[in-house]
Amino acid sequence: MKYETVIGLEIHSELATATKMYCGCATSFGSEPNTNCCPICLAMPGTLPVLNKTAVEYAIKAGLAMNCEITRWGKQDRKNYFYPDLPKAYQISQLETPICVGGHIDVAVDDSIKRIRLNRIHIEEDAGKLSHDTGGGTLVDCNRGGTPLIEIVTEPDISSADEAKLFLESVKAILEYTEVSGCKMEQGQLRCDVNISVRKAGETKLGTRTEMKNINSFRAAVRAIEFESRRQIEELEYGGQIVQETRRWDDAKGESMPMRSKEEAQDYRYFTDPDLMFISVDEDTIQNIQKTLPELPNARKARYIEEYGISPYDAGQITNSKPLADFFESSIKCGADAKAACNWILGDISRILNEKGAEHFEIPFLPEHLAELTQLIEDGTISNTAGKTVLAHLFETPKSPKDIVSEKGLVQISDEGMLKKIIAEIIASNPKSVEDYKAGKGKAMGFLVGQAMKATKGKGNPQLINKLLKDELDSI
Amino acid sequence: MNLYDKTAHELHDMLINKQVTSVEITKSVIERADKTEQILNCYLERTNEDALKTAKKVDEKIAKGKNISPLEGLPCAIKDNICTDGVKTTCASKMLENFVPFYDAYVVSKIKDENSPILGKLNMDEFAMGSSTENSYFKTTKNPYNTACSPGGSSGGSAAAVSAGSAVFSLGSDSGGSLRQPASFCGIVGIKPTYGLVSRFGCVGFASSLDQIGPLTKDVRDGALALNAIAGYDANDSTSANMEKADYTAALTKGVAGMKIAVISDYMQEGINEQVKKAVLAAVEVLSSLGAELSECAIPSAKYALAAYHIISAAEVSSNLARFDGVRYGYRSGSYNDITEMLENTRAEGFGDEVKRRIIAGTFALSAKNFKNYFEKAQKVRTVIRNDFDKALGQADILIAPTSMTTAFALGEKNDNPTKMHESDFCTCGVNMAGLPALSLPCGFDKDGLPIGLQIIGKAFDESKLLTAAYAFEQSADFHKMRAIIKNEAGEDI
Repeated sequence: MKYETVIGLEIHSELATATKMYCGCATSFGSEPNTNCCPICLAMPGTLPVLNKTAVEYAIKAGLAMNCEITRWGKQDRKNYFYPDLPKAYQISQLETPICVGGHIDVAVDDSIKRIRLNRIHIEEDAGKLSHDTGGGTLVDCNRGGTPLIEIVTEPDISSADEAKLFLESVKAILEYTEVSGCKMEQGQLRCDVNISVRKAGETKLGTRTEMKNINSFRAAVRAIEFESRRQIEELEYGGQIVQETRRWDDAKGESMPMRSKEEAQDYRYFTDPDLMFISVDEDTIQNIQKTLPELPNARKARYIEEYGISPYDAGQITNSKPLADFFESSIKCGADAKAACNWILGDISRILNEKGAEHFEIPFLPEHLAELTQLIEDGTISNTAGKTVLAHLFETPKSPKDIVSEKGLVQISDEGMLKKIIAEIIASNPKSVEDYKAGKGKAMGFLVGQAMKATKGKGNPQLINKLLKDELDSI
Repeated sequence: MNLYDKTAHELHDMLINKQVTSVEITKSVIERADKTEQILNCYLERTNEDALKTAKKVDEKIAKGKNISPLEGLPCAIKDNICTDGVKTTCASKMLENFVPFYDAYVVSKIKDENSPILGKLNMDEFAMGSSTENSYFKTTKNPYNTACSPGGSSGGSAAAVSAGSAVFSLGSDSGGSLRQPASFCGIVGIKPTYGLVSRFGCVGFASSLDQIGPLTKDVRDGALALNAIAGYDANDSTSANMEKADYTAALTKGVAGMKIAVISDYMQEGINEQVKKAVLAAVEVLSSLGAELSECAIPSAKYALAAYHIISAAEVSSNLARFDGVRYGYRSGSYNDITEMLENTRAEGFGDEVKRRIIAGTFALSAKNFKNYFEKAQKVRTVIRNDFDKALGQADILIAPTSMTTAFALGEKNDNPTKMHESDFCTCGVNMAGLPALSLPCGFDKDGLPIGLQIIGKAFDESKLLTAAYAFEQSADFHKMRAIIKNEAGEDI
């Protein structure tokens, strides 16, 4: 029996405002516990919330970038529940009038475009953090409490773990492009909950869904979806039923486990927060925010394909990261060949960044360095191999590749006379290989080129060596 | 007349004429409180030293020939649900028995700007829930006019202190009548401003959509002066109205000639004490004789106001008071095995019965199953009430009603019957539901010598008109000059 998986995502993203949602405290990460707090975000008696206007503007910006309708007259609601990381014992959120309604994001799946519809984007405040210390107690850090969040809720339009990953990458890219969120996943700035159900292929009715929480990376999302979808299919295959419940994803164990059932679900007693006024958004505000929208990832991707002739796949890869795409474009402006720059960025540069664990693509050298590097290769000054050496040096000490080439003696030998002399020696000392070549064994050529390169300490121009060697052998 | 019996504006005149010093006034009031506190229990915390320091500072300023503001150097006291930096703010609850805020409420910072010496914090019903001040965790305040009677509530300590002369004026809060009813019971003036006129920042929230802070004073002019001091826009309260500041004293002497005054018939019907009714109608006659145009009006939704008020306020209470969990401040139970038990035991032990009743009722009204039939319906009733008041105020400048159907009731009389106690808000809570301004001022005494309160209700942000009418009535009678005669246990006047 074939099954299909139906997935909806709820993505929480911390907004990049300087201050919290309802008070003037800084939103910075990594401070000493309970130092970015005030009477308001600690819910001291008598304190009142005042909405951060920038947070609303950021949410609208995200909404416009994701093709949403903007709510002109909205309210904020209290979601009531007790938990020690929630000082007011209610979270200010939006139930009935999310700031953004509808919307969609187009994602390139294989060779086609899939439209994932959004249900809404609403604003809410983050909770604090609990840490369970070894002494058996629990410590509360309220620094994060009150940080502005948007929650992006999709329709159940996603049908696989891969699609979910592509969608999440798109969301992250849009939030980065619009500078609405830092999207630092390791700091919890982007988190997601997964709603998932399975049904027999061809059925139109949705199956019973489960919700998975505690997913902190795209990789975890993929694994969690794969696990849960498999678990649900197996359950049904063995004649069981899916229980509507909230499950907790344990990334270390690679499995999800029940957290609470539908019956245990909390009654949040939502009601309009009487301490806050309505959020009124006028046309001018929307127009002004619209004007600040940058070129978005999909548009940039299309332009790269059109303008630079790079493949859709490469264009997608490079535009998924704003810093990489910015670097790419700058290097072209500095004279780099687009395809070469693209190959370097998606190849060796990305590899080195990954090895360094730099999630945020902090390329330590300048785009003009890359442009210079590609030019040195293009005009034959250095070989591609030497180029890799130069790149490694650029990551250590960012300075002009020309200087690196001359300091390290990486200039390619293109002197025909000199190369001819070396080739003659190689031919003389490798009669067996010459014989093999004459007998039509292709491998022999490669060996001889290798010997010549070795003799030039890797600095010989490989194309030239190839040509001269072939001429020489053919003339024997 | 003793200094402590005088009004703020009388004392201000004496200060600027150098007939008396602020320290002398403050000492007189402190000494008065030393005596009355043995009987009345108005104060939960007294800060006499701080008050005297402020008084001394004001005297130095006067000595240097500097101008002083109208309330400068005149000692006041603050209801204990209004936060005072460095001074315990308990809300008369075990939950906050030792809570010391490190910030001032907006109104407290305004009072401090005025250099009004603060004498301390005043008793109230726990978290402002109640109409008799008997729900205080700490003590029961007594009515200065009859110590067997309640001073009203929830701002009972605030009203009794001003009535007894143990504060020149005070601040209280009003969510359903908590300033006006105690003012009425204690024979003083209480102003509940328009919702949004006075910042709620630092007032421990009971029902956010209904709460307003206001002054309790010995007469109408003092009320206008105190309102001048505390009204105004505050960026820290999202519901604060951003509008130009008015001088409320300017309205006092405008007179009521041609003013359209309507008596709300729905508050004058069955259940009202005949003596209260008579006094209110007599007051209306006085206003008429001063040139006001009289009529009657109806607030047909009045009979539903109390039920709707209790649903909405309880719902907000259930959410506003959820923060008292023992995690960050306040009382924490000594016995628990896990976080759930800690929360449960802390709240079970820290809150009194009335608070718990309202939390339970509010939780019920907001629950998914009951939301539509209770909270949503109550909100609809609220809209109807608002419309009824709008309609009545479309025909009249101000509306007249009794503040309370009765004069002060005996302590203990209603305490075992929450429903009866809730009914004390019948004439007042509709005004909070509509967000309108209203004041209560004395308009007579019943046969037992207990004060009767006249309620004047106006259009939103039209406090001036309330004050015009109130002042006109007050000046035509002597009720505001009456002072309670307080007797000690031996039956002696103090």
